[in-house]
Amino acid sequence: MLAKVYITLKQGVLDPQGKAVKNSLASLGYNEVKDIRVGKYIEVKLDEVSKEVAQIKVDEMCKRLLANTTVESYTFDLIE
Amino acid sequence: MKFGVIVFPGSNDDRDTEYAIGSVLGQSVKRIWHKETSLKDVDCVVLPGGFSYGDYLRCGAMAKMSPIMQEVVKFANNGGYVFGICNGFQVLTETGLLPGALLQNQCLSFVCEMSELEVKTNNSPFTKNFKKNEMIHIPIKHNDGCYFAQDDVLKELEDNDQIIIKYKNNPNGSIRDIAGICNKKKNVIGMMPHPEHAFEMMSGSTDGKRFFESLLI
Repeated sequence: MLAKVYITLKQGVLDPQGKAVKNSLASLGYNEVKDIRVGKYIEVKLDEVSKEVAQIKVDEMCKRLLANTTVESYTFDLIE
Repeated sequence: MKFGVIVFPGSNDDRDTEYAIGSVLGQSVKRIWHKETSLKDVDCVVLPGGFSYGDYLRCGAMAKMSPIMQEVVKFANNGGYVFGICNGFQVLTETGLLPGALLQNQCLSFVCEMSELEVKTNNSPFTKNFKKNEMIHIPIKHNDGCYFAQDDVLKELEDNDQIIIKYKNNPNGSIRDIAGICNKKKNVIGMMPHPEHAFEMMSGSTDGKRFFESLLI
């Protein structure tokens, strides 16, 4: 089982890194970029488990470690 | 007073902290490896500065999983003093012993300088030795020191007099210029500046020593 975890900054949290990337894209000529927010992508490879168990476990992993829920949101896809 | 300085893999200010508390302040101090499962008989735990676990994933995120941290949390919940410095502050927010989070500096660069700070309250065991609104100098050196908290948390911090120090010239974008806070019960403190580097005049200031002297009063 593979979990593809996407971690992003919550709305309202400033992202200076995203701003810097946007400015760099602008200097490359991409002035049509309105906004950039930088997040994290984590792949979690699990032993053979049911989708139901994986759903619960990966959600726990996100809450307990992979994401800081004070400032980050997370979603994940499960692929068998 | 007996102090215990926790050492994580990647901590680097543990020895300076031990020197400051032991040799300059003359208190009993020992370094405690993160895999230990007992704090023994310390009166105050110090989480030192550095790059525990290489700042991997997020600063302080994995240090909170170390065996000793379970004891530190129990100790804090029982009213024991905990002092988090820089990376230690990050560990405390990750553990939830202090509210909010420390993010990458808004200037996107590592800041290393002597910082002028305002002491916002002397109504805490760590700041009894200061006057309210007193200006002090303590060095800072960090890449991820931008303090952030949601509005409801900020209101609680203000209402309960939990904001300990604020930057005079905000170097990292911290919300409301917050450089250090304590918990509601005022037994846990966290700050980005490094008081252990301000114990002797040869490093430019002795204001850092006063936070620890306050505990001894």
